Amino acid sequence: MGIEEQLPSGVLLTTVEKIVGYARKSSVWPATFGLACCAIELMAAGGPKYDLAQWGMERASATPRQADLMIVAGRLSQKMAPVLRQIYDQMVEPKWVISMGVCASSGGMFNNYAIVQGVDHVVPVDIYLPGCPPRPEMLLDSIVKLHDKIYNTKLGAHRRAQIEEIEAQRMRTLPLIDDHGALR
Amino acid sequence: MFDWLNPVKGFGVTFHTMFKKVDTVKYPEVKRPTMPRFHGRHQLNRWPDGLEKCIGCELCAWACPADAIYVEGFDNTEDERFSPGERYGRVYQINYLRCILCGLCIEACPTRALTMTNEYELADDNRESLIWTKEQLLAPLAEGMEAPPHAMRLGETEQDYYRRGATPTATGRDSEGTR
Repeated sequence: MGIEEQLPSGVLLTTVEKIVGYARKSSVWPATFGLACCAIELMAAGGPKYDLAQWGMERASATPRQADLMIVAGRLSQKMAPVLRQIYDQMVEPKWVISMGVCASSGGMFNNYAIVQGVDHVVPVDIYLPGCPPRPEMLLDSIVKLHDKIYNTKLGAHRRAQIEEIEAQRMRTLPLIDDHGALR
Repeated sequence: MFDWLNPVKGFGVTFHTMFKKVDTVKYPEVKRPTMPRFHGRHQLNRWPDGLEKCIGCELCAWACPADAIYVEGFDNTEDERFSPGERYGRVYQINYLRCILCGLCIEACPTRALTMTNEYELADDNRESLIWTKEQLLAPLAEGMEAPPHAMRLGETEQDYYRRGATPTATGRDSEGTR
């Protein structure tokens, strides 16, 4: 993004990474994208009992330009997909996406022509959160996991090495089902 | 007449709230238990001797409205026995990106092999690790249980096994904790 990307790898970059990570995770402003029933649980998470404000997240951004995190809460219809992508594109880097609920993650029980089978067809997703709808604790848990991810994000040369490593790891992933042929 | 006092009354409400008990649950530090019958993630149970209860009938997969469950049954042999009876579930996968935790699979299960726990912290950052395989879903071995494959310890025949497995024995309780 800025000067921190140009730093040579070493102690200085590691220190800057930690400071930047801490700053980024401490106040993530969500551009809430409430689409269905998950949005109700999302609102409950913002209420006094669950209290998103404990992580400086109470400001649900009405404008995508001042948001870092998109919480896609609910099933994404084909017609809504371009809108979602546009909102995502309008957000400034760095930005993260939580796919809240099974409908956003994979289409869930709505396996039909009207619903996008997972918002990762449209935007890159950082945290998948199952549940139908997930209770507010589950959302808070996913936010904690996202904080962990943000905090451990590398910068510059380290980031490029991290991407290499993650890509290599994904290529090594084995399928979960052994294919023995049609008739076994 | 005392309308000018209204803003002061408003501040009074604010002041009063400072002495009220705080409603907030500090979630990651304090975890309140769920309701006892909360639908969390699934668990594949075992008989008191450690054999799996799942017989690979795929009724859970048929009942699932979201097609989240994938089961492959396979025959038990005398040398390699994973469950009492003829068959066992060799491949058992639940896709938590599809599962809506409705519990219809639990209602469909004829052996109560599949039940739900109260565990709900499932979020992850990739799709692969949200497909839970049989090893992840199986209940841990409790005291007196032995990892299959092994012979039926609770009876010679299946009828005998089911009857004795369903009553309290010296070997203790099954993984569901009901008997």
